[in-house]
Amino acid sequence: MRKRGFFVGFLLVALVIAGAVSYLADSDPDGLDHATLVGCQVVEVDGAERLTGNCIAQRARDHQLSSSPLADYAVGGDERSTGMAGVLGVLLTLGLAGGLFWLLRKRSTT
Amino acid sequence: MSTSVAMHMSDGLLNATTSMLFIGVAVVGLAVAASRARATLDDRTAPMAGLVAAFLFATQMINFPVLPGVSGHLLGGALAAILVGPWVGALCVSIVLVVQALVFADGGITALGANITNMALIGTAAGFLVALALRGIAQRGRVGLVSVAFIAAVVNTVLASLGFVVEFAMGGETSFPLGAVAATVVGVHGLIGIGEGVITALTVGAVAAVRPDLVYLLRGTQRPLELRTAEGVAA
Repeated sequence: MRKRGFFVGFLLVALVIAGAVSYLADSDPDGLDHATLVGCQVVEVDGAERLTGNCIAQRARDHQLSSSPLADYAVGGDERSTGMAGVLGVLLTLGLAGGLFWLLRKRSTT
Repeated sequence: MSTSVAMHMSDGLLNATTSMLFIGVAVVGLAVAASRARATLDDRTAPMAGLVAAFLFATQMINFPVLPGVSGHLLGGALAAILVGPWVGALCVSIVLVVQALVFADGGITALGANITNMALIGTAAGFLVALALRGIAQRGRVGLVSVAFIAAVVNTVLASLGFVVEFAMGGETSFPLGAVAATVVGVHGLIGIGEGVITALTVGAVAAVRPDLVYLLRGTQRPLELRTAEGVAA
């Protein structure tokens, strides 16, 4: 029981981080994005963001899947749903990774 | 408002040849990791590894401020390597990156190989090698373990960001003075590394407090667990 308890606790922590703490995340560009944007300005043209100036990200393309249902950690583009998107992501990652590792594991002989 | 919350390299930073090259590097690296991972995965560690991946996904969502207008988030290589070992750890980080790119439109699809190379392969290897070199300190007690986790995570972040600099030097889509790129990228990631170090230290410390037997880096130093399970476990 003790064993199972730790795993359940670990999952709950991940769910709380993705489902609730995620609302507190800083929305500024991260270090890599920042570095690729040095020298450029983001301007809005017809509602779409464009880069002007000279920077590494100048030729960066929009994500091919930017209109997928969970794009940018929001359900259907609704930013209020970040927590829900995060919870789904945690469960999906757990399912994929857990499934893969369970298949890869050494079978116990008992 | 559509401020991009993209956290990884997007498509169009590296040219097609370089992107393809690093997809190859990633595939080879992951194949090696998968074959070596088997030896450390069993009924007990496989669920732990799945949870580590899920925890990395969650924690990578939390961008913390590092400079005015600049944030950072956990990459997770050292964290995964210390908890589940380097091979399984590299797979954990990779699965997170694949889910982010394919489901959350975070991190370009052609850039996935380079992102995996940097964060999953370089980051995990760097974090693990540092932790391994300092294992003697880590096994001495909680303070030692937490300190080693912090240092390994700082190094993992900086080296993963250097991976980007190398890739950009090999085949950046735009020409830009490399020295300036390296200074900005590595400088910012030195700061992000401190955040990465704190998160890694807290997480490893918490797991070690409850289940030290599940910390890969501490393997071989534990007293047999059976001593404890004999009491209080219902048959």
